[in-house]
Amino acid sequence: MKYFFALLSAGLAMAFAAGGAEAQTLNQVKQRGQLICGTNTGLAGFALPDPQGNWAGLDIDYCRAIAAAVLGDATKVKYVPLDATSRFESLKSGAVDVLVRNTTWTLSRDSAQGLDFEATNYYDGQGFMVRKKMNINSALELNGASVCVQQGTTTELNLADYFRSNKMKYEVVAFKSDEETVKAYDSGRCDAFTTDASGLAAERVKLATPDDHVILPEIISKEPLASSVRKGDSQWATIVRWVHFAMVDAEEAGVTSKNVDEMMKSPNPEVKRMLGVEGKFGEGLGIPNDWVVNIVRQVGNYGEVFDRNVGAGSPLKLPRGLNNLWTKGGLQYAPPIR
Amino acid sequence: MSAVTDPSIPVPEIPVSEARSFEGYVSAMPVEPQAPPASTTGVVGWMRMHLFSSLGNTALTIIFGAFALYMIWGLLSFAIFDATWAGADREACLAHTGREAGACWPMITERLAYFTYGSYPIPQRWRVDVVFLLGVIGLIWVLWIDAPRRDLGAFYFFVIVPVAAYCLLYGLPLLGLPIVDTDLWGGFLVTLVISSAGIVAALPLGILLALGRRSKLPVISVASTIFIEVARGVPLITVLFVAKVMLGYFLPERFDPALMVKALIAVALFSAAYMAEVVRGGLQAIPKGQQEGASSLGLGYWQSMRLIILPQALRITIPGIVNTFIGGFKDTSLILIIGMFDFLKTVEVAVEDPKWSTPVSGPTGYLFAAIVYWICCFGMSRYSRAIEMRLSVAHKR
Repeated sequence: MKYFFALLSAGLAMAFAAGGAEAQTLNQVKQRGQLICGTNTGLAGFALPDPQGNWAGLDIDYCRAIAAAVLGDATKVKYVPLDATSRFESLKSGAVDVLVRNTTWTLSRDSAQGLDFEATNYYDGQGFMVRKKMNINSALELNGASVCVQQGTTTELNLADYFRSNKMKYEVVAFKSDEETVKAYDSGRCDAFTTDASGLAAERVKLATPDDHVILPEIISKEPLASSVRKGDSQWATIVRWVHFAMVDAEEAGVTSKNVDEMMKSPNPEVKRMLGVEGKFGEGLGIPNDWVVNIVRQVGNYGEVFDRNVGAGSPLKLPRGLNNLWTKGGLQYAPPIR
Repeated sequence: MSAVTDPSIPVPEIPVSEARSFEGYVSAMPVEPQAPPASTTGVVGWMRMHLFSSLGNTALTIIFGAFALYMIWGLLSFAIFDATWAGADREACLAHTGREAGACWPMITERLAYFTYGSYPIPQRWRVDVVFLLGVIGLIWVLWIDAPRRDLGAFYFFVIVPVAAYCLLYGLPLLGLPIVDTDLWGGFLVTLVISSAGIVAALPLGILLALGRRSKLPVISVASTIFIEVARGVPLITVLFVAKVMLGYFLPERFDPALMVKALIAVALFSAAYMAEVVRGGLQAIPKGQQEGASSLGLGYWQSMRLIILPQALRITIPGIVNTFIGGFKDTSLILIIGMFDFLKTVEVAVEDPKWSTPVSGPTGYLFAAIVYWICCFGMSRYSRAIEMRLSVAHKR
C-alpha cells in the first residue's frame, strides 16, 4: 500500500510538472495546426450554430481571428461549448487554449481562478427596456415604475442600488426564470424589464412586436465581457490581447475586409505598419508578419464583426453604445501598433 | 322443438268451436314486444357501463371529458390549425390579425438537417445516411422474429454495423474517408450513437454484473457490488463532468480520449449498472429448484445459466430491461454537460436563433422534440410488449 501511494504521488507530481512545462500554448497550437476555443453552448449573437451547423457570433469571430493571426486560416478552430460551471476548469486543465465565452472580467476571477483576462470584446451592462408608448427617453424618468426582474440575481441588487442612489421609487416584480420575466413584461405586468443590455436585445426579438419596445441608453452596471487565457503564459496572453487591439486599430484606420488589399498600398505609415508592409511586428509576437491582413481579410475589423453579429446588420440590432471606438464616444481603445 | 316438427307425431286437429274454450287461460293475442335490455356490448354499451353507470360517474365523465377536449383542442389548434407552415423568418410566425400565433414549423424545417447531423460537414453527410441505412437493416433483421438467419443478423448487427459505423462516421483515410472529429457530430446522430452504445453494451455487461453479484466467490461478488453501487450512487452528470474537465489534469493531451469516447464509456457503464439490478431481480425470482434440477442433469454453472436460468429470468424482466433502455435513451440529453450537442440541444439552438425568435419559438421547439422522443420511446415499448406476448404463450391466462 505504501508503495502504491508513493507511485501514485509520483505519477501525480509528474502530471502536474508536465502541466507546468506546457506553458507554450503558441507552440502547441502551431503544432496541432488548430486552435481550441472555449465558447458558449448557445447565445444569440455571441456563439450559436447556424442551420448548416457552422458556429457564428461575436465570440466565435474572436476565435476565428486568433486562428487567422496564428495559423493564417480562420477555419482552423475547434469549438468547445462550455457551460458556466465548467468554463474555468476547462481552461485551467488545458482542454481549451483560450476562453471567449461572454465572461465578465472581475477582480476575484482575475486573481483567484488561475486565469488571466486579456481583452474586452464587448462592454455589457445592465439596462432597461420599456414600451415606446411610455415616451421615456432615460432610465431616470422611471420614478414610480414597476420593474420586471429575475429573482436572486446581481441584476436585482443592481436595480435596488440604482433606484436608491437616484432617490427614485419603484416596484419590483420578480420571477424565478428569465423566460417568466420576459413573459410577464410582454403581458403588461410591469412597465420596464431589466437585465444585461445584450440580453435585453435578445429578449426583445422574442416579444410579439419588438418595434414597440425601446432599450434605454443608461447602463447601470459594468459587465465587461472579456477573453481569457491560462495564467503563466505571457506570450500567448500577448497574442490574444493584440488580436483584439488589431481589430480595433483596423476599424479606426478604416481597414475593412473589403478594402484590405488596396490598403496594403496605402502610403499611411500607420496602416503600413499594421498590415506588415513595414516593420516586423508580427514576428515580435511569434506569429506571421501578415497577421493583421489575415484577421481583417478573413474575419473583419471590430466594427464589421460587431455589426454582423450583434449590431445593425443582425436581428439583435444592438446599438454600438459603449462599444463604439473611443473617437466616437465609446470605450474601444487600442494601443498603437508600432 | 324437433318434436313439434316431427311429422311422425300426429298433431291433433282442434275444432274451431273447441278452440274458443281455451280463451280463459291462453292469450289469443301475441304479447307486445318489449324493448331489449340495455346493451352491455358495443360502443354504446361500453360507455353506459363504464362512463355513465351512476350520477357521480356521469359527472366525472363530463368534467374530465370536457377538460380532455379542451386540452386536445388547444394542442391541435397550436400545432395544426393556427400553425405557420411556410415562411422565411420570424415575421411569418408572428400573430397576424384575426388569428393567434400557433406553432412555427418553418423554424423546424429549416434546421431539419441540423437536427439530424449537427455540425457534421455537409459534403460528408452521406456517410451518416449510409450508417443509418445499415443500422435500420440490422435492426429489422434482429428485431423481426421470423426473419431468416437471425444468427447472421446478430453478427451483422453487433459486429459489422459498429465497425462500419466507426469507419464511416469517424473516417478511415486509407479508404479515402477523411476524419470527421467527433466534436462536429451532433443532433440525432449523437443521440442514436450514444444510446445504442448504452443499449448494446448494457445488457451483456449487466448480465455479467448481476451474475457476479450473486457469485459465491467473494472477490467477484464484492467487486461487482462495489461497481454497481458506485455507478448507481453517483449522478451521471458528475461522472461526465469529471471525464471532461478533470482528466485533462492527469493525462497528457495526446492520451486524452475524444469527448465522444468518454461519453460512450460513461453511458455504457452506467446503464450496465442499472441493468445489472434489473437482471438480478429476474434471477431472484427463479426458484432454487431450477438450479438444482440443472445440476442434477449434470449441467455446469455456465451451461445451467445459459440454458435454464437466464432464459427464464430475462423473460420476466423484459419490462424492466426496456424501461432501462428507454431511460437511457432519454438520459442521452445529459451529455450536453460535456459540450456534445445531442438532439435536444440542437432543438434548443434553433429556439435560441434570433432569426426565428418569437413568443412561440420555445413551445414549437419543445413540442417537436417531445414528439420525436415519444415516437422513439413508444416504438421501443410496443416492440417489448409484442415480445412479451410472444414469449408468454406458455403462461397466458
